[in-house]
Parts: sequence; structure tokens; C-alpha cells
Amino acid sequence: MKVLVPVKRVIDYNVKARVKADQSGVDLANVKMSMNPFDEIAVEEAVRLKEGKEHHAAGTATEIVVVSIGVTQAQETIRTALAMGADRGVLIQSDTDLEPLAVAKLLKAVVEEEKPDLVLMGKQSIDGDNNAVGQMLAALLDWPQATFAGKLVIEGGKATVTREVDGGLQTIAAELPAVVTVDLRLNTPRYASLPNIMKAKKKEIAMKAVADYGVDVADRLKVLKVTEPPKRAAGVKVESAAQLVESLKSAGVL
Amino acid sequence: MAVLVIADHDGSAVRDTTHKTVTAALALSSEVDVLVVGEGAKAVADGAAKIAGVRKVLLAESAGLGKVLAEAVEATVLPLAGGYDAILTPATTDGKNFAPRIAAKLDVAPISDIVEVVSADTFVRPIYAGNALETIQSGDAKKVITVRPTAFAAAGEGGSAPVESVAGADAPKTTFVAEEMVKSDRPELGAAKIIVSGGRALGSAEEFHAVMEPLADKLGAAIGASRAAVDAGYAPNDYQVGQTGKVVAPMLYIAIGISGAIQHLAGMKDSKTIVAINKDPDAPIFQVADFGLVADYKTAVPELMSALG
Repeated sequence: MKVLVPVKRVIDYNVKARVKADQSGVDLANVKMSMNPFDEIAVEEAVRLKEGKEHHAAGTATEIVVVSIGVTQAQETIRTALAMGADRGVLIQSDTDLEPLAVAKLLKAVVEEEKPDLVLMGKQSIDGDNNAVGQMLAALLDWPQATFAGKLVIEGGKATVTREVDGGLQTIAAELPAVVTVDLRLNTPRYASLPNIMKAKKKEIAMKAVADYGVDVADRLKVLKVTEPPKRAAGVKVESAAQLVESLKSAGVL
Repeated sequence: MAVLVIADHDGSAVRDTTHKTVTAALALSSEVDVLVVGEGAKAVADGAAKIAGVRKVLLAESAGLGKVLAEAVEATVLPLAGGYDAILTPATTDGKNFAPRIAAKLDVAPISDIVEVVSADTFVRPIYAGNALETIQSGDAKKVITVRPTAFAAAGEGGSAPVESVAGADAPKTTFVAEEMVKSDRPELGAAKIIVSGGRALGSAEEFHAVMEPLADKLGAAIGASRAAVDAGYAPNDYQVGQTGKVVAPMLYIAIGISGAIQHLAGMKDSKTIVAINKDPDAPIFQVADFGLVADYKTAVPELMSALG
């Protein structure tokens, strides 16, 4: 089974995003960038499908292709995935940040070229927080989707996915080919070992341009401004639990 | 212009997230219809008909819709989409699952998790885990939007809209296998007026339950947890409050032994009143707390219990 894993280069999750003074966006100059943490989980699961780790049979995945859409430096993000165990990469270069619909259309074109049996990807990127590309890709391909995966089992031509939903867990079985988007608790991604980092340098990354795919990637949304969320006014410190209850009562909360 | 709201419900009644989404829809248009998808959901549709301001309720039923499978919802909504300029649904896990699928089929950009309607084509939504708010204007003729329910007041009752049946589609390539919903006598996290939330400081699952449950029961509160507590296995994953868990905005949020990581604050900072109990006076949680008590939870919680009487 061939697995395609889309990955995105985003602000590192430990870095606090700062809004630019001119309200045009978030300041990413000289900010540490990393692979979107949800995508890292998707790469890890794909590698486990190949290695036969956990409950997966060895060789469930035979080839793992990683694709990214972004600036030239997104090669580093692909390299990270290759060091974790993916086989080869594709970078579709774009200097502008594309909207989820455009990304889904490009990924559809990549799927048509690569013909994977499974697309495994993060449920959302931690910059735009749209939580949309996986679902949109599935729709454009007319494939079934299984989002927010906390557990994945590949068996009998189906992806059986336990989904993390409001109020509990839901398990569904989707016929392959399918799109599965992953949630935080699916696995804990590995750190690439030094020998694997060295090996990854020899793996192939195909460099492409958005224009190679002939799809309409025009923006549909116009960002009018990006602002800081309102700050909460500083509160007061109380000395004891009794004083806390008193304060809450006089504030009318209790 | 007419707007369609896809309802969120529990199989027997609409959830109040639906009322809140109707409020957002009414900011776009006075012609608001509600679509109830489910199986055996007539009672839900009758309930939705009572929401003030609703013009008409559509009821679509099938086995796949009973489990809210995205493919079934998409195929049910597409034939109806022609009659609407906007389709709204709450940003629950169901809404987040099917809304982008509908948007892609309509070739429009989905607009996720809005917290404000500025005008019929302009909306505000959080990005970067709530560290920034973007105001965006949609150029699409049709809009598909998920609404963050905690950001809107609930529409009232008192309506008497007609209920109409429409065709319900199924999901041929997806089958439902099982579900495991957490049963609790406590209020739901998303709807609770008071939430008590525990963090990693509690140290073990046994301690988490021993400390949090009596306090929650005394206050009639729901129980939440930080991601650190969930990751450590002290609390189940559906307790998680934060950008990667549930976004809540209760009247009172009491954080116990929670340091206040950015992603946790993103999930609770819109609460009306925030109380923090933490022994570290420099914990970031105190920066958003209305009332802070610097104390070890081991002594503070029993004292709080007795002060509450």
C-alpha cells in the first residue's frame, strides 16, 4: 500500500505568535519554524505502517511519499519526514500562503499522479487553524474520509478509524482509498536518529511549481486585518479559600 | 438572502449550540432555515421549530445521517444548497468534519470557527491557537461557515416554524462500527455554567478523581483538564480544555494545579470569571485569572469545600 503524507512548515508550537504592528498578519521573520505537529503524527503513523509497529502488520505500507506546498525552506520539513522513515518527497514551491481550497486542489492533482491507497495527514495546521484540507481533499476525490483519528487499523481494504469526537469516541470503517486526518493521541512521533538523518540527505525530493499542476489557486478570502485578542484585565490575589468564596459571592458568581 | 443552519443535536433534542448558531445566522439574514439530519429525529425537528426566528425546519433522515457521517451530510446538503447564500453549523467535531466537505463540493472557501459576524461577507476568526484574530472578507457567492458557539448568545424559544421532510442521503463507502460515549450525571463541558479543571499538579488519575469529583458535585460543575493532565493519563481525553480540546466559556472556571500553557488559555480565556489555584505564584494562569489563590491544592481544595458549606 502506498501512503501519501502532506506536511506543512509552520511556526514552532512552542513559539508565541506575535501580531505585526500594521495588522497585516503574524510576524514570522526570524521565528523558529517546524513541521506542523499534527503532520508529524501522520508521518509517524505512516512509518509504523511500514515497519509493522504496534498493531500494524509489517509492510502494510510499502512506500511513503511526503508532499509539501510552500517556500523553498519547506525542503527541511520534508527532510525531517524522510529522516523519520518516509521514502521520498515532493515540494510544490509557493511563496504565498495558499488557502485550504487551493491546497486541496493541488493535493488532488498529486494524488492523481501518485495514486496512493491512503492519504494520512494532520487534522489542522497550527497557524491557520482551519481544520479543512483533509475533508476538502476527500470531497474533491470523492473518497471517504475519517477525521480526528485516535486509532487506525488497516485491514481488508478498509481503514478502521477510532475518531475523537465531542463526548467520546466513534469508530468507522472507510473503504480504501481514503483520507484519514490524525489527532494528537494517535501516537508519539519519534526523534530521527543521526544515521537516519544522514540517510535522508540522499533521498529524493522532486521540486515542482504550482503552475505544473494547472489548477486554480486564486484566493477566495481577503484578510482585512489581523489583530491581538482582547486582553483580560488583571485580577486580584486572595489570601485564603474562605476569602475566595466570599469574593465570588460578592461578585455574584456564586 | 437565505441561510441554512445545520443543527447539532443529541438524537432527542437540539443542543444549545444550534440556538447560538441561529443567532449568528440571524446576523446575516432574517430568512433562516434549520436542517436536522439524523435517524428517527422528528422530535429534534419539532424542537428546532420552536427556536425564535427560524423560518422553516427541514428534516433529512437515513442510517448514515444517524451517525452524522460526513459523506451522508454532504450528499444531503448539496441538492439543497442552491436555495441558500450561506450554510452555517456549529464548530463541533461533527460540524468541523462535514462543513469543509460541503464547501469543497460547492467550490467555495470554508470559513472556520467564526467568533463574530461583521457583515454579510466579513467575519472574525481566531488563528494561531487564539493568539491572533483575523478579519476576513469572503469573495464567494455562497459561504460555508462553522460557528464557535461560545462566542454567540443563544436564540430564544417561542417560534413555530413548519417542519418539512427532505431526502436523506447515505454514505456508501463508510460504515459505522461502534461508539463509546462517556456517560456522566454532570453537565456537559460545552454547556456547563461552572467548570472545575485540573492540571498535571494533581499527580495521578486517582488523585485527579478524588480531588475534582467532590468539588464538581458540590458546585454542580462539569470537570475539565489541561492537556498535560490528559497526556499524563490523569483524565480522559474528552475532559481536555484548550485549543486542541474543547473551547469553553462558562460563567465560572476554576483552574486547579494548571500552569496555564498558551494552548490551554486559548480554550478558556473567554470564561466570565476565572479562578486559579496554584502554588507557583509565577504561573501564567494568574495573568488571566480574576481571582488567584497562591496555595497548594492539597490544602486549598479541602478549605474551599468547607468554605462552600
